[in-house]
Amino acid sequence: MVTTALDARRARRIAEQVPDPELPMLTLADLGVLREVSLEPDGTVVASLTPTYSGCPAMAEMRAGVAARLQAAGYPRVEIRTVLDPPWTSDWITPDGRRKLAEHGIAPPGAAPARAAGPVPLVLSPTRRSVPCPRCGHPDTEETSRFGATSCKALWRCLACHEPFEYVKEI
Amino acid sequence: MSDDHVYMTLAEGHEDDTRWAYGTGFEDPLHGVDAAVPDGVDAGELAALCVTLADDALVSAQRLAEWTTRAPELEEEVALANIGLDLLGQARLLYSRAGQVDGTGRDEDAYAYFRDAGEFRNVRLAELPNGDFAFSIVRLLVFAAWRLAHFERLTAHRDPVLAAIAAKGVKELAYHRQYAAEWAVRLGDGTDESRRRTRRALEQVAPYLGELFTAYDVRDEVVAVLRRVTEAAGLPMPVYRPLPGSGRTGEHTGHLAPLLAELQGVARAHPEATW
Repeated sequence: MVTTALDARRARRIAEQVPDPELPMLTLADLGVLREVSLEPDGTVVASLTPTYSGCPAMAEMRAGVAARLQAAGYPRVEIRTVLDPPWTSDWITPDGRRKLAEHGIAPPGAAPARAAGPVPLVLSPTRRSVPCPRCGHPDTEETSRFGATSCKALWRCLACHEPFEYVKEI
Repeated sequence: MSDDHVYMTLAEGHEDDTRWAYGTGFEDPLHGVDAAVPDGVDAGELAALCVTLADDALVSAQRLAEWTTRAPELEEEVALANIGLDLLGQARLLYSRAGQVDGTGRDEDAYAYFRDAGEFRNVRLAELPNGDFAFSIVRLLVFAAWRLAHFERLTAHRDPVLAAIAAKGVKELAYHRQYAAEWAVRLGDGTDESRRRTRRALEQVAPYLGELFTAYDVRDEVVAVLRRVTEAAGLPMPVYRPLPGSGRTGEHTGHLAPLLAELQGVARAHPEATW
């Protein structure tokens, strides 16, 4: 079988369109978990995925989703690889992904904290972070819980329109 | 084939529908990761280290999950369950790494479900019953601070898989420690009752601190965190009175076996089930 650069790009485009199981408004590419797609000379598509959090229960679904889409598109041989290094960061969510999150009422993350080598400092004073309400845009919001319905989200509420909303945490 | 329903796509791989109730044969979480052990790394020692770190996480995850439907508020229940889920994920990766390198080829389930209490190497702090919310928070503070300090050092481990698991874990554990530290300050600096209970919790964890500081030199860092938090909460530092024995050598309290009975019951009753 002869593979071409065009085939490789097509395989990549197909894998990129697979929706995230937990945030289906995002593709795996938007979320930054699809790290690499390549086409081997024998026609095998190799797709590399990285988990968002160690306990992300959606990894198996992501693998199955990528394999199923590629197979349906005419690539019978698909190999999915897990990549742990470098660890996923919310900074990898694409600008498109951030826009889609906001459109669906989920506040996108700010920049992930830069981490120096050595012990991780403990900050006890409340960190003031401005997260505008994704519904009404008002800046007056507060965190209700740092943990939400999925590992990657926190719970917030808007003090102006009183709506609760989710917020993708910086990590 | 409908990938609009990814969960159904998963199920299609299984001929026997009756197994659906147990899950869908989850793949190795290290699927496709290069399993080679670098030259100069002792595979037996690496496997043993991965198992101890995984046991700490699995047993803690089980205790945290016990708070589900019992926490003071829904938000705390969600938080404790999320922290448990992170730890469970770390345990799965670490057991899988152990199975790759110890020569037995065991999968994560073999370690989690088919070992008895005497074979577990978790620290005893992790297996103590949840007690009240104050005890669970204080225990989580100590555990997360210790594990974070330990994992931060492990990011430089010569085994690239363990180093990568640790680098991922550091980000999660920083959130866990932050959550527990903020609650400990709030409880210590709260009502007379919350203060009394938090103070008691610090006394209750004190005998189990000694066990945490044997393998790596993380004691100073953990003690510094505890000092910061207790000062902010207006609480006394726990007095350091190590108990003899160690979970690291398989000497556990009587609380581990019942915890494992609940954790392992279904898997042992249906050893052929696909998860």
